[in-house]
Amino acid sequence: MRNLWIFISKYNNFFLFILFFSTSVALIVKNNSFQRASALNSSNTFIGGIYQKIDNFTQYLNLKQTNKSLSEENAYLRSRLKSSLYSKLVEQDSVLDSLGETQYTYIVARVINNSIHQKNNYLTINRGSEEGITKGMGVISSHGIVGIVLNVSPHFATVQSLLHTDTKVSASLANSNAFGSLVWGTENFDSRKAILKDIPNHVKVQPGEEVVTSGYSLFPSGISIGRVIAVGKSGDSFLDIEVKLNNDFNTLQYVYVINDRLSHEKQQLERDTIISNE
Amino acid sequence: MSRILLLNIVRFIVLITMQVFLFKNMGYYNLATPYPYVLFLLMLPLGMPKWLLFVICFFTGLIVDGFYDTLGVNAAACVTLAFLRTTFISLTVQLENHETFATPSIGEMSFRWFFIYCLVLVFSHHFVLSLLEAFTFSNFHYTLIRTVLSCIFTVLLILLFSLLFYQRNKRSF
Repeated sequence: MRNLWIFISKYNNFFLFILFFSTSVALIVKNNSFQRASALNSSNTFIGGIYQKIDNFTQYLNLKQTNKSLSEENAYLRSRLKSSLYSKLVEQDSVLDSLGETQYTYIVARVINNSIHQKNNYLTINRGSEEGITKGMGVISSHGIVGIVLNVSPHFATVQSLLHTDTKVSASLANSNAFGSLVWGTENFDSRKAILKDIPNHVKVQPGEEVVTSGYSLFPSGISIGRVIAVGKSGDSFLDIEVKLNNDFNTLQYVYVINDRLSHEKQQLERDTIISNE
Repeated sequence: MSRILLLNIVRFIVLITMQVFLFKNMGYYNLATPYPYVLFLLMLPLGMPKWLLFVICFFTGLIVDGFYDTLGVNAAACVTLAFLRTTFISLTVQLENHETFATPSIGEMSFRWFFIYCLVLVFSHHFVLSLLEAFTFSNFHYTLIRTVLSCIFTVLLILLFSLLFYQRNKRSF
């Protein structure tokens, strides 16, 4: 005991320091909320750190179940998305007019697949036979001609785009009413241009002149297609007119499918005429 | 002796008042905060009993803590300062009997000695202070920067005070 006292008095400086310092720290931890919280926390960081490390290993074992539940949840959430809902609502407008019978009705459709860079381009729209679309109907957008319906399924239809080597649309010049056929893909593959062929040589064509549908084919007459940008000679008696299309096929979103009530009758009659002439 | 006691009491009151009313509001972006009240602890008589030194340091710290609302932080720092002060003095000064009440100041010791004395004690004080304030070893570099900058600030202020009162001390002796 005496030795202990000697020891303590010999190093009294240090012991005094320890005594007062620990008193201070006790005061700090007891009275200051921040240090009290972090004193509790620092022990928790240690224990929590160990738990964290163990958890890092154990979660590998559950990875399969976790993945499965996550993908199930993903599928569920995806099915809740608005884009995955299919709208059955079809707007088909027709005007009741006692003077003129309605010849054309329009079905709104959304373009869900589109291409412009192929030699033969097709579009897919989200309306099909259930909404009254049949093969051979014309398709326009608010800026001009889009194409002709090629195939129909119950809910979808494919459209042979104007940018297709087989598409020929009867078109006329707005000023002279001279008509020819609008084609694409024989010499140019620019999605912004088409060629108006079969316009006789004597017709005076001004660059900037409007090109509209003639009404001889599936489309109502007078729909603006584009404007003349260059006139060239193809052969002896016909002009090759370069037309800048109003339609931007690249950004096509909504189109109208034209339902021509009289087209069946017209085609039938024309066919009968050809047969009877032969 | 009573003169030294009086001087110390006046110094205590003046320094603590300045600390809690003036220097508490000073600082540089929470990076450098001066604690020049430690000058009082630095200038306590050389040959003080250790227990008394510890008690004075502890309670001075506690009083400052009362104003800073950080009970115990300054006390702990001051106790550390007291510990290092006794060690430093026993290492560097050979005390004669009549020097018991001598004041460690520029006037009585050399400027160089006082400067190093200041630097070591203020640094230890500020280091413990910032460490206990942060109460964590993460962001240690921030604590260290805070310590060093505060230390420079405080030492500059202390030297300023010492030089201000240097002449008067010289005259009175």
